[in-house]
Amino acid sequence: MNPRRKKRLTIVVSILAGVAAVAGFTLYALNQNIDLFYTPTEIVQGKADSGIKPTVGQRIRVGGLVVTGTVKRDPESLHVEFKLIDTGPMITVTYDSILPDLFREGQGIVAQGILISPTVLEASEVLAKHDEEYMPKEIAEAMGKDHKKLEYNKD
Amino acid sequence: MWKWLHPYANPEVSYHFTGKLIPWFTAISVILLVLGLGLALAFSPADYQQGESVRIFYLHVPAAMLSMGIYLGMAIAALTALVWQLKLAEASIAALAPIGATFTAIALLTGAAWGKPMWGTWWIWDARLTSELILLFLYLGVIALQNAFEDKSLAGKAASVLAIVGVVNLPIIHYSVEWWNTLHQGSTVSKLERPSMSADMFIPFVVCLFGFAFLVARIFGERFRAEIIARNSMRPWVKALVLAQEKN
Repeated sequence: MNPRRKKRLTIVVSILAGVAAVAGFTLYALNQNIDLFYTPTEIVQGKADSGIKPTVGQRIRVGGLVVTGTVKRDPESLHVEFKLIDTGPMITVTYDSILPDLFREGQGIVAQGILISPTVLEASEVLAKHDEEYMPKEIAEAMGKDHKKLEYNKD
Repeated sequence: MWKWLHPYANPEVSYHFTGKLIPWFTAISVILLVLGLGLALAFSPADYQQGESVRIFYLHVPAAMLSMGIYLGMAIAALTALVWQLKLAEASIAALAPIGATFTAIALLTGAAWGKPMWGTWWIWDARLTSELILLFLYLGVIALQNAFEDKSLAGKAASVLAIVGVVNLPIIHYSVEWWNTLHQGSTVSKLERPSMSADMFIPFVVCLFGFAFLVARIFGERFRAEIIARNSMRPWVKALVLAQEKN
């Protein structure tokens, strides 16, 4: 390669390396702010690396799986209460509006709201999180996956 | 080693070579898209959770993958343009940027249309959606820089620098769903293990992906030829071409 091209290549590569390093450090520094939600474990025990815990009254998002058998619906109103779990402790979410179609027990969801006590979130928005599994009904049934919409028990 | 490539650095050779390829790309993309979209929209099964909404996937995922693929291609062209100062590389950046921007917009819009019924929201500022939106702005930036200067070679240089710098965003988009927790689901088809998708959904998807890829190649060929003509309008071979066409 002739020297002028070599020089230009060096300049371009070093600019790219510099920008990559800046972006890398920025993202590393902002790491926790880029996470969309806290997991239930992080709310109870704090973030794994920094130990930062959300405080009561703070507006946050929580993401986890809806614990089977914990969905309680008030027959008089839209009020619904359920527990969220990831790998550790559970937290309770209360919500007063219409749940998304994909909401069902065992489903991953993301709830945004205010932490009213160390383990209770008063949600103003509940979003369903979809996993990366795609399959037709027949296969899901063969694998024993529950695809039925949630049926609320009346009690 | 690269001697066989040298003739293609000549605009005239490239112009005619691309012209020969275009009908093939047209044919392949029409066949694959008719087959793939037919399979995807009419014959592939509905998902066990998403129902019929899963069909948006056959447009959304190819568009998203191609939006990143086109950017990578554009960045490689930009590197060639800056280091080897190849005029044709600058022409191909100009030809690629609007196609990439369109595919990014398609990915974002179809994603929003899927997100509303499935997640319950059109948009959320999670890492995947935000980084894909930044990709759209990078494309728009490249297009804007290309048109911001009277001097074509200065414009080409400025656009090339932005295109190369923006490449940093590509791994961020790809790994965003692993590095951070996001509402967007993880990768399905680009996982190294067996894709988490049944074969009667995966096959139509792959056919669609290649169909759209050849569609991109076809549009690129057309735009690339137009760029070559626009940038060489004073050359005798272009004048001869025009005269030959007027005679017919």
